[in-house]
Amino acid sequence: MALAVQVVSPERILWSGDADMVLTRTVGGGEIAFLDGHAPFVGALGIGVTRIRPTDGADVGVAVHGGFVEVSDNQVSILSDAAELPEEIDVARAEEARTRAEASLRDEHDAETEAALRRANVRLEAAGR
Amino acid sequence: MAGGQERVLRRRIKSVQSTRKITKAMELIAASRIVKAQQRVAAARPYSEQITEVIRNLAAAGAGGDSPLLQARDEVATVCVVVVGADRGLAGGYNTAVIRTAERALQAERDEGRSTALVTVGKKALNYFRFRGYEIADSFTGFSDNPTYEDARAVAESVTARFESGAYDQVRLVYTRFLSMAAQRAVALTYLPLEQAPTDETSGPTADYEFEPDPGEILDRLLPRYAEARLFAALLDAAASEHAARQRAMKSATENAEELITKLSRVMNRARQDAITTEIMEIVGGAEALRQGKGAPEDLLVDIIGGTRDLLPDTLDLRR
Repeated sequence: MALAVQVVSPERILWSGDADMVLTRTVGGGEIAFLDGHAPFVGALGIGVTRIRPTDGADVGVAVHGGFVEVSDNQVSILSDAAELPEEIDVARAEEARTRAEASLRDEHDAETEAALRRANVRLEAAGR
Repeated sequence: MAGGQERVLRRRIKSVQSTRKITKAMELIAASRIVKAQQRVAAARPYSEQITEVIRNLAAAGAGGDSPLLQARDEVATVCVVVVGADRGLAGGYNTAVIRTAERALQAERDEGRSTALVTVGKKALNYFRFRGYEIADSFTGFSDNPTYEDARAVAESVTARFESGAYDQVRLVYTRFLSMAAQRAVALTYLPLEQAPTDETSGPTADYEFEPDPGEILDRLLPRYAEARLFAALLDAAASEHAARQRAMKSATENAEELITKLSRVMNRARQDAITTEIMEIVGGAEALRQGKGAPEDLLVDIIGGTRDLLPDTLDLRR
């Protein structure tokens, strides 16, 4: 039996369908994979790429900038107020943001720029670059 | 003279006609926006349902005893009222209803001896309360007819921050609930502290969840999102209500305009006919007088009308 996966943002359902596996990253930084029959689970998500392996079709990478995951009865719900599908990601802009963040990090380190860099990296990873 | 009256009426009919064009256009725009707004309400539902579900699970696992957003204060000294109105008028009683509900809520708190604070959403609500000398703690404008999640977040952050700091002990939210296309009602409800999600007995022992990190920490991250989602839902509902109210108001305005045009056209036609009749009477009277004065034969009248057509007054030109 497959997992019923939903990626939900406050404004709409970003992605939903059946999948064999969902791989994501929780706040602590640990990666966690959900397969068929996973025990009920609630977690807070960090910034990272959540990979969904649909029962048919190619892997989907979703850039998730914080959110939550709930798993029960083979249903996986990913709630995020900032999640992006690869086709929505502006690769050129993300690359530009990465270059800009890297340049300013060479001079001084601050949390905001580091977060910006991480976001850009996650976007590019999800977009497959 | 009667011709002058006709001109005045014609001008009025023109002006009512162009007003009708505007109200008709606004009606159609509002009608199409209601559909879109309702779709957005529906699209936002899965998120808030899921987030409520997660909170329920966390509560079942025993989390949330000490989260500040859930704590009801023992002594409520200051109550903040958040009013969600529209940026634009021409929406019938929409703004009036929500403002009146907000005023009643404020009055009720003052009667209890509590001090009140006011946060407004929408230009109309802001102007109303500012004009009446209310002190406005914070105001948001520019998105009432099409709010985004970012807008909801801005409002929620402003309010929750002051709730957490203790400036407010309670936050009430006044907005218009979209019941159906025909019915919207202004409601006031408690926004903060968040209501402890009721533990669902029907779902049975589902509490054996794994949590990462621990339930309390997840809840601390989740509650602000939940507060935002609730405010977002209220904003979307208010937007749908605003469009519905505007559509109804504009529909009746269009109908009134049509009625007015019919009435005015009738009056104008009568005035024109009166004018024509008067002119004919004048000509006939004049011809008669001439005939009698000259003692000429009967065919003089035919001579005048037949031979001097171009001398007839414009009002006899029946092409208009």
